Amino acid sequence: MTAPSPIPPTGTAKKWPAKLPRLPVLAIVLTALAAALWVAVLADGTPAGPAIDNPGKFLVTALDAVTFAGLLFVAASGFTLIFGLMRTVNMAHGSLFLLAAYIAIRVQEAMVGRSRNIEPAHVGWLDWLVPMLVGASVAAVVGLLMQQLFLQWNEGQELRQALITLALTVVLADQMLREFGGLAQTMVWPGAVTHFFSVAGERYALTRVFILGVAVLVGVLLWLWLTRTSMGMVIRAGVDDRQMVRALGINIRLVFAITFLVGSFLAGVGGVLGASFAGAAPGTDGSWLLNALIVVIVGGLGSLKGAAVGSLLYGTVVAFSPVYLPSDYSYYAIIVTFALLALVMAVRPNGLFGRPA
Amino acid sequence: MTARRLLTSSNLLGAALVAVLLLLPNLTTAFFVNFVMTQTFILGLAAATIVFLAKYGGMTSLAQFLLFGVAGFMFGNAAQETGSRGLNLGWSPWVAIGFALLVTVAVAFVLGAIASRSTGIYFLMLTFVYAVIGYFVFAQIVEISGPGGITSIQRPDFLGPPVRLYYAGLLLSVLAYLGFRAAGRTPFGLALQGVRDDPVRMASLGFNVRLYRTLAFSLAGFVAGLSGLLNVWWNGQIDPASIATGPTLILLIIAVIGGITSFEGAWLGAFVYVWVFTYLRDLPLIDEIGITEARFNTVIGVIVLLIMVLSPEGLTGIVQRLRRHVGARITALQGPALGGSPSTGKRAKESGGMAT
Repeated sequence: MTAPSPIPPTGTAKKWPAKLPRLPVLAIVLTALAAALWVAVLADGTPAGPAIDNPGKFLVTALDAVTFAGLLFVAASGFTLIFGLMRTVNMAHGSLFLLAAYIAIRVQEAMVGRSRNIEPAHVGWLDWLVPMLVGASVAAVVGLLMQQLFLQWNEGQELRQALITLALTVVLADQMLREFGGLAQTMVWPGAVTHFFSVAGERYALTRVFILGVAVLVGVLLWLWLTRTSMGMVIRAGVDDRQMVRALGINIRLVFAITFLVGSFLAGVGGVLGASFAGAAPGTDGSWLLNALIVVIVGGLGSLKGAAVGSLLYGTVVAFSPVYLPSDYSYYAIIVTFALLALVMAVRPNGLFGRPA
Repeated sequence: MTARRLLTSSNLLGAALVAVLLLLPNLTTAFFVNFVMTQTFILGLAAATIVFLAKYGGMTSLAQFLLFGVAGFMFGNAAQETGSRGLNLGWSPWVAIGFALLVTVAVAFVLGAIASRSTGIYFLMLTFVYAVIGYFVFAQIVEISGPGGITSIQRPDFLGPPVRLYYAGLLLSVLAYLGFRAAGRTPFGLALQGVRDDPVRMASLGFNVRLYRTLAFSLAGFVAGLSGLLNVWWNGQIDPASIATGPTLILLIIAVIGGITSFEGAWLGAFVYVWVFTYLRDLPLIDEIGITEARFNTVIGVIVLLIMVLSPEGLTGIVQRLRRHVGARITALQGPALGGSPSTGKRAKESGGMAT
């Protein structure tokens, strides 16, 4: 709230204006406390039961939250990178995600030499890594083409760019449906990671931890790129003040192109991870665009830190709400996502780490 | 308003168009009236709410199709007496209509209040998130719909024959068109445009910026709800997939095809969309180049891409530009006296040809 507080009518009411903006913050703290209390002791009649009675389930759910957050982060970091520097909302981010997934599945089938019933035991490390890199590279090239052909000359016209990428989404989704069919397909994990280990008496899939590992690697590499290289310096400066970067004579076109390439590549990596995790089908593009949007709306557009925090918050909500809502109502879980969004928007309309456009 | 001011060429053109549309059921086939034109009105009405928010409020909303769906689902829940899904309240149609619109406006008010601090691209993203969350709400919560949706919804008795639905669509479209145009000149509409142009100045003048945005969103939600009711009567059923991301984008695309800042464009875009959707397969040689109805989305996507590349103002923008171009040519050739009228005549022919 930036509006100036009204002048208090009397001297004694002086404290009110100072307190009022804190009300939403208070509401959030209370909501979080109530949720924590519910999960810890009260959650009777839920699929998981109170955390005190069933710590194993709680731990597994918490791990689910963090690992899903990792996947969210990979998908959302490219989105927020592109937006932060170029102010381009790439509505085709989900399409690049799905395209990379489909391509990787095809390449994997070719490498393993069969098109159905592939067992993880048949899949070596290279049979997963090479398709992943190929798929992500294709997504990166398609993204770069999109930027060069349709977005470059529309710079600054955000809405027009958003609409152009939306139209591209429709075309890409239709063409992918034609090329890859409407059935769900999965990328097969390499046999080396498809194990289970036990967490407090519960079985837990190593693949989910692997996703988290990739996400951490991506996060660290991005952080190093943005903070330790001269190009990262230019990008960070561009996020803060594009006009100034341009005025300094830096080849911002090249920086834009590379940023779009990297952002699309990250969408592709996310797509391959997502396809290994939950499969790829028509509609996956829309739901992953939604995921990326929620993460960056919560975290703040253009901020890598925001993407990490937004992923964690959203991942927590997605993992906990179906398990810790009463079992008759667990299909209301989607409302909790909306509540998270509404709460954040009520306190910080630009997201937790965002700044005004 | 004096008679002289009312008798402008565009008003006459509009009246002629409405007259033609009134007579249309006697002029063409029932299929064209019931499928192409009725659907045009339903989608045009919903797209006009996007135009209203974008034109006066500077807010490009992707949530209009969700509100359209909310009205349909609520009518189904309230009006059905028996059925495998939904609340099956069994209320009379009038009560059900009132209930559906009330819920729609309430939902629009809440969603608008949350989004009212953001505009432009942020608003677009947030309303897209609304749309998808709304889809999941209806797909997951079995009490009000569930994945299969609500089927065999009867339309009220007074809309018995399909042609009445066409007239209802026409009536609501004309009312919404005139209402939205008029709303731009009311104190509310003027304040809203002020908020669009300079929210900081309006706030310092004492206007409640967020309230104006929220109310505009609620009004648009009401009209989208009317269109949603028409849709559920026309279809006889509604399911979550019909308000998923695909249809949501299509509605925005309809608004974009026509031109997102022109109310005429909403219905023009809807007509182009429905027409292409219905008749694309009949075009000769269209199979030869690999375009079948299955690839319809590619065609629509490419059309939008072309329009966005050529003219961000959509078809109306292209028509206006042509008109100015032709007008200037004629002025240059024949002198200023004949300047305006020939191009207006050309426009009349064009839009008449497109609408009938």
